[in-house]
Amino acid sequence: MSRSLFEKVWDEHQVCAETDDTPAILYIDLHLVHEVTSPQAFSALDAKGLKVRRPDRTLATIDHSTPTLPFHKGMSPPYASDANAAQVERLYANTAHHRIELHGWESPHRGVVHVIGPELGATQPGMTIVCGDSHTATHGAFGALAFGIGTTEVGHVLATQCLLQRKPKSMRIHVSGQPGPGVSAKDIILAIIARIGIDGGTGHVIEYTGEAIEALDMEGRMTLCNMSIEAGARAGLIAPDQTTFDYLQGRPHAPSGAEWDEAVAHWSDLRSDPDAQFDKMVEINIDALKPVVTWGTAPDTGIAIDAQIPPPKTASDAKALDYMQLQAGQDIAGAKVDRVFIGSCTNSRLNDLRAAASVMKGRRIPASVTALVVPGSVIVKRQAEDEGLDKVFKAAGAEWREAGCSMCIAMNGDKGAPGELIVSTSNRNFEGRQGPGVRTVLASPAVAAAAAVTGQITDPAKLKQVAHA
Amino acid sequence: MPETYPFSSRSFVLHQENIDTDQIIPARFLTTTSQAGLGRYAFHDWRFDGNGMPRNDNPLSGCDPHTTSILVTGRNFGCGSSREHAPWALLDFGFRAVISNEIADIFHSNAAKNGLLPIIAPQSAHAWLMEHPGAGIHIDLESQTVEIDGFDSFHFDIEPFAKHCLIENTDPLGFLISKMDEIKRYEEARA
Ligand code: SF4
Repeated sequence: MSRSLFEKVWDEHQVCAETDDTPAILYIDLHLVHEVTSPQAFSALDAKGLKVRRPDRTLATIDHSTPTLPFHKGMSPPYASDANAAQVERLYANTAHHRIELHGWESPHRGVVHVIGPELGATQPGMTIVCGDSHTATHGAFGALAFGIGTTEVGHVLATQCLLQRKPKSMRIHVSGQPGPGVSAKDIILAIIARIGIDGGTGHVIEYTGEAIEALDMEGRMTLCNMSIEAGARAGLIAPDQTTFDYLQGRPHAPSGAEWDEAVAHWSDLRSDPDAQFDKMVEINIDALKPVVTWGTAPDTGIAIDAQIPPPKTASDAKALDYMQLQAGQDIAGAKVDRVFIGSCTNSRLNDLRAAASVMKGRRIPASVTALVVPGSVIVKRQAEDEGLDKVFKAAGAEWREAGCSMCIAMNGDKGAPGELIVSTSNRNFEGRQGPGVRTVLASPAVAAAAAVTGQITDPAKLKQVAHA
Repeated sequence: MPETYPFSSRSFVLHQENIDTDQIIPARFLTTTSQAGLGRYAFHDWRFDGNGMPRNDNPLSGCDPHTTSILVTGRNFGCGSSREHAPWALLDFGFRAVISNEIADIFHSNAAKNGLLPIIAPQSAHAWLMEHPGAGIHIDLESQTVEIDGFDSFHFDIEPFAKHCLIENTDPLGFLISKMDEIKRYEEARA
């Protein structure tokens, strides 16, 4: 029987099939852990006297509660609060006690959990990957079945390496066409979410297919899969191909030698059969796509950067417009910007920073705007500095920070002030996500950089050419 | 975990769609390492302003979970972040069930595990409930029925294993652990 990629990965990981009375038992290949959603799970384990069953399949990092301000070696990190510090310390204690690999302050691989998994080569095609974090779908870019779980389930995976799951439905989003200049994976996914809605993927695992997807590099694919949850989907994935294998080869956790060849042979079979059935199918063509920005307080409110804000269709739309202090019919371009955030597991990898730097290069951020550039990992930070991107950002007047989630979730002290309009490369524009009363506009790194240097929402293509020294 | 079924209460209606978990409990309150006492942060920024003072436009004003412990909301409740702190906060605040016509996946699963019943109502019942705040509601988990004073009753779906765990008050982890031989066999076969 023909099967989709998702079904193949699912079937391969079923320890016990589901029955009417009980969900399937699904084996988990890789469990990613961070400080915010794990302490209660470890406590539950300790209370029952249970051990972590497969520390070798568990990987931990600190990212959400960690400050991004630089500090000297030997000093204690400048935590925003004692609670932030306690959370990080708890993960140190829990991972030491259970012998789990932790990428803490001293690790050269520390960073946002969804950035470092792929960077280490721990994320591999065909795996099942979970994390107490809804953006776990990022890892689906490699053809893994990766999804977010709650803290109770984190405890289940720690104790048994398995999860109780009912099989989700499947959905295929086929993306044809070629992106125009200045159009990135972020614009594609914002357009997809605008099309299918914030709940368009609820109950489903999305497979992204089509020439536009195949043409994306791994970083772009990660950006795309990352935001699957913003359409309500359990997971999003893309069949692995040569682009995937080239990215993985030689990474610390990736197989090597004969094992590599074996792995590639297996991974090459990981694709949906031509006549595989999906519960839902959507087709999108991106030939005419422009950079996309959001106007509302949900990620499905993306519109083209040269478009006008649409009239409210529901009471929620009207409330969102009111919160955003924007008017229906107004051009979204030109809206005044107070702050810019370039970072998060959606857009904090090297190519994202390159895109932002190419816009900021030779330009100055006006005094009325604060811009924060936060690399996704220590490795990304170093790579960016090797290329001199940090100098471009600093010369423009942006702050260049240490790796972490930062203002994506605003729980480490990095946040906006009430009423501020922030153009952000992160994934959620919910009310207060970047600080109480903050108004968030989601955008690509290039659009965010253009907003920084002009102080308003601006199509990067409309910036006047400057002579690059 | 609240364990007695059936139970009756009045509804409290929030007239909003897509209430995300950042609204249910803002991220800055996730710095805790425990799950107790989160009720004071439930819908915090809807209830309190930047200075911690009660807001005039608080959509939860008048909500007393002792008498209105069934939350009725617009479509797609609990979307966004996977934080289990959201059902923990709602339970600690005093809610025992959420009724909507659509509930986001991860929240749905987290809520059921903690005994905050996630109930998807048919359109007609949902529409009626949205228009009748304070309606008397009786929830029977065993028969999976919701009876509404002055309106029709309806049947709701719940994942059978989640239902079993709630009624028997058993921990699903125990079931997983009871399958350890199968898990080990699976690992050996793949090694
Ligand atoms: S960067 Fe944002 S979305 Fe990604 S893991 Fe951190 S808080 Fe979550």
